[in-house]
Amino acid sequence: MNHFSPAKIFLAAFLVNNILLMRFIGLCPFFGVSTALDTSVGMSAAVLFVMLLAAWVSWVLYHTLLLPLGLVFLRTAVFILVIAGLVQFVEMFLKKYVRALYSAMGIYLPLITTNCAILAVTFLNIDYQFNLLQATIFAVGTAAGFALVIILFAAIRERLADAPISPSFRGYPIAFVGAALVALAFLGFTALFGIS
Amino acid sequence: MNRKTSRFSYFTAGIIKENPTLILMIGLCPTLATTVSARDGLGMAAAASFVLICSNVVVSAVRRLVPDSVRIPIFIIIISTFVTLIDYVMQAYQPALYRVLGVFVPLIVVNCIILGRAEAFAYHHGIIDSFLDGLGKSVGFALVLFIMASIRELVGNGTFFNQPVLPASYRNAPMLFALFPPGAFLLIGLLKALVNKTGLGKS
Repeated sequence: MNHFSPAKIFLAAFLVNNILLMRFIGLCPFFGVSTALDTSVGMSAAVLFVMLLAAWVSWVLYHTLLLPLGLVFLRTAVFILVIAGLVQFVEMFLKKYVRALYSAMGIYLPLITTNCAILAVTFLNIDYQFNLLQATIFAVGTAAGFALVIILFAAIRERLADAPISPSFRGYPIAFVGAALVALAFLGFTALFGIS
Repeated sequence: MNRKTSRFSYFTAGIIKENPTLILMIGLCPTLATTVSARDGLGMAAAASFVLICSNVVVSAVRRLVPDSVRIPIFIIIISTFVTLIDYVMQAYQPALYRVLGVFVPLIVVNCIILGRAEAFAYHHGIIDSFLDGLGKSVGFALVLFIMASIRELVGNGTFFNQPVLPASYRNAPMLFALFPPGAFLLIGLLKALVNKTGLGKS
């Protein structure tokens, strides 16, 4: 058990150890979706929703089933299947009962199964030996950090689309260079504190 | 003869023309996160290659038994089996490397290259072809990781495989930027621009 305060966990997950720019996790949807502002907002909402559910379910499963039964080695398989099942279930549930939410983030839900950010948070919650409250805060902070960066970056990329850029830098290369500059700004937060 | 050359092309395609990282732009997370030194980059490439080749072969072997509707969960179980194997083997025999790679070893299970090859290639091809495809993609992936890691280690630390290369005056004050996350983003941006400029990957 560790003794990080809730505020510290949130800030570390949100800024200092930002999942996209500092940990390099979840980059595929980051570069894939961040081309426009509205898709970024939809993706962020879907990530927040699924990340929170996945953190709870995986934490409870790990501490009530895997750990007491000595099945810790099944962690990878169980967590990824839980996330895949959860995403399917959430998609069906929203489609039937919450149509407005489904139309806002429905198309992003299937993509989330292979979003490594979700799986990484479930693993890190175990590795850092968080309790359920800390795990919840960590998941919310990470999702908020994901949303912050992807929405900021979408605004930058909408500008880049009209900028005069040399042909070989158009598309991915200039996005990477832009990400480098944003990451440089985030590097400043590492002087504060972090959890690792 | 014709059949032999086409089989060989499954292997060569992955190295440059369909390079997973620099042409298809998938599997970016480990490419950026684990390339702080040549040894770490190659260690990550070896772990991912083991999983990719094994899962390609097994998916191809069971492809006639797997119903279409549940193929993705079955692929995931096959992949996570090999990930768990390599996870524990590395923990036991390469503890130092395992500590550096950390959460990225279990995260191989969601590496898009591996699930992508299972779905797009191994599910429709024979065992030998799938093996060659996995091998080629692994070599392409390892090549990019090795190039990235070598440059970052050389610039950011003045060493290569932990051996001093640049003079001590540089090693005492190296360009640490290359080891930090922004350096990784900048380097892959420049590499991708170079690929676009030279027209690699456009057959």
